[in-house]
Amino acid sequence: MDVAKRNLLCTENFSKGELVMRFGKRSLRVAGMLLGAAMLSSVFTGCGDDQAKNSKEIRVGANFEMSGNVANYGNATFEGLQLAIDEVNEAGGINGKTIKLIKADSKSEASEAANAATKLISDDKVKVLVGPATTGSVLAEVQIATDNKVPIIAPCATSPKVTVENGKVQPYVFRSCFIDPLQGDVMATFATKTLKAKTAVIYTDSSSDYSKSLGQVFKEKFEAAGGKVLMEEAFLQKDQDFKATLTKIKTANADVIFIPAYYEEVGKIVKQARELGITVPLLGTDGWDDTKVVDIAGAAPLNNTFFSSHYSEQDKDVQGFIEAFKKKYNHAPNVFAALGYDAGKMLIDAIKRAGSDDPEKICKALAETKDLQVGTGKITMDKDHNPIKSAVILEMKDGVKVLKEKITPKA
Amino acid sequence: MDFASQFVQQLINGISLGSIYALIALGYTMIYGIIKLINFAHGDIYMVGAYIGFFAITMMHVSIVPALLISMIITGLLGMLVERLAYKPLRQAPRISVLITAIGVSFFLEYTMMYFVSPTPRTFPGVFDDVALHFGSFMVNGQQLLIFGITFILMVVLTYIVQKTKIGKAMRAVSFDVETAQLMGIDADRVISITFGIGSALAAAAGVLVGVYYNSIDPLMGIMPGLKAFVAAVLGGIGILPGAMAGGLILGVIEALVSGFISSTFRDAAAFAILILVLLFKPSGLLGKNTREKV
Repeated sequence: MDVAKRNLLCTENFSKGELVMRFGKRSLRVAGMLLGAAMLSSVFTGCGDDQAKNSKEIRVGANFEMSGNVANYGNATFEGLQLAIDEVNEAGGINGKTIKLIKADSKSEASEAANAATKLISDDKVKVLVGPATTGSVLAEVQIATDNKVPIIAPCATSPKVTVENGKVQPYVFRSCFIDPLQGDVMATFATKTLKAKTAVIYTDSSSDYSKSLGQVFKEKFEAAGGKVLMEEAFLQKDQDFKATLTKIKTANADVIFIPAYYEEVGKIVKQARELGITVPLLGTDGWDDTKVVDIAGAAPLNNTFFSSHYSEQDKDVQGFIEAFKKKYNHAPNVFAALGYDAGKMLIDAIKRAGSDDPEKICKALAETKDLQVGTGKITMDKDHNPIKSAVILEMKDGVKVLKEKITPKA
Repeated sequence: MDFASQFVQQLINGISLGSIYALIALGYTMIYGIIKLINFAHGDIYMVGAYIGFFAITMMHVSIVPALLISMIITGLLGMLVERLAYKPLRQAPRISVLITAIGVSFFLEYTMMYFVSPTPRTFPGVFDDVALHFGSFMVNGQQLLIFGITFILMVVLTYIVQKTKIGKAMRAVSFDVETAQLMGIDADRVISITFGIGSALAAAAGVLVGVYYNSIDPLMGIMPGLKAFVAAVLGGIGILPGAMAGGLILGVIEALVSGFISSTFRDAAAFAILILVLLFKPSGLLGKNTREKV
């Protein structure tokens, strides 16, 4: 999920030009020399340790948001990944080699994610990077990994631009989750086929790319299926009051209202919509998949709402994963943990098929992933390095998520 | 829903939002009136008030009215403390120094709260059963009535304090001319401190009401309402109490009508366009008199 938006006050990234302006050319050069010397010394000290000897290990970098404002996402994803790796190691590893996860903290910031990736690649000599959880942080490490020819698996970054930049596929970047537009497609189909909706209103968060792109896809697909979008409205992140716009939306009398947004605003919107007497089905996407929605909106207002997500606890295919997870961590997995587990499974499969820990071979094997059984279903990698993977539609019933439909897109 | 009832519904939405702006704007305007400081930390005082109300309800298990009072008292003291520590030492400093200090205090409050209560939003517990009153095709709910009621009571109490009590008289005197007031034997520091206390208490009330109304609070919740309330204060005429009340209500109603009848994406643009227009054409605000700056 794209949660870069949560950084209200982003860390400033000074480009080189600004640095020159601030400190003058000479001091920059001195600083550069000092930095260079520091890096060289770290290379020399790095040589002496046991990395070369340990050929029984395949080193994998786990770069996650262990602290900071989306630490929940990073930690949960890491737990899922760790579970998949532990399972294969306990079963004897891959061709006699075990996988060693090396953790690094991206601190929920894009610049820190890039630092952590550099450290993992140059100091820890990892062969593959997994993580971070959020789109912005993954994008920050793409260049570093590409330069060093180290593949990345992004477990839950759903923005299309993670794997495809300006129409070009990033050769070293893969993901193990579906992309945003798929959810818009799934929900539009659900609205027209299952709910028999003829008209819809789209209410998006205009401060989020995630929300806007989903709104667009929903509109295209809904209209292509013969539906009519009566009204498109928008709000801003951190808004508190939605009643004015909802009053207007109510006058449209649409069959469904599509709200692709994050839980904090969604909770408030649902609550205020029901208070104004809007009773039609409210539809959403994986941003809704958080218990906070129930806390904020309340259980009753959430009845008759549906959203797409990556997995459902009630899906019989995922029971094995849930049990193993509970046994290891003594708590139930969430959607991020499931996606982390899928990323682990995909990695293990690729290393097995590559027959080596050479990053180039692993990269090729990842691209060829086909009909692989992972925690949440089967995945096949498409040409854009996005897996073709099933999505679920969950219905809220008295505050509990109920599996409504499981939709597997055609390969 | 026909046009007329949608209009009435939007007015109700707007007045409940505007009441909140008005309560925050009152604090802005009082503080400006007395020491000519735009207290940018005021929105964050409102946030702290919301959290104190939240902890009063969840940990001390009190109902809404005691929670409101507890929050107003503690936040009022906090406001006085902020004034004592951050602004009082700068009494003789240029106005810009105090303004920058206010911005510093604002960040300090936001990130200190974030450290202690974490950035994740808290859910305000439901304090009373939700009742919705239907009048034809529009409706008012219990929380909105609570907001109207409490805002009204607080405004009456405030007007009474300022117009009829001794401290109110002192406040008016200090706001008119600090030095002359001091020469007349008024303890200006004490009066300023009390003004901060009252202004902060009003913001705290707004914070608790917002928590109850929207159900969710977080450490950065004060930024936008703080700015909007500033617009409201300027709109009504900064330094003038009835101006802040009117400015808040007008701003809330305009926002609701813009979202309802034009487009929700223009709502914030409209609010800040008002600020620009007021500053261009009537800098002293709707209720302000055209006074010349003393040189």
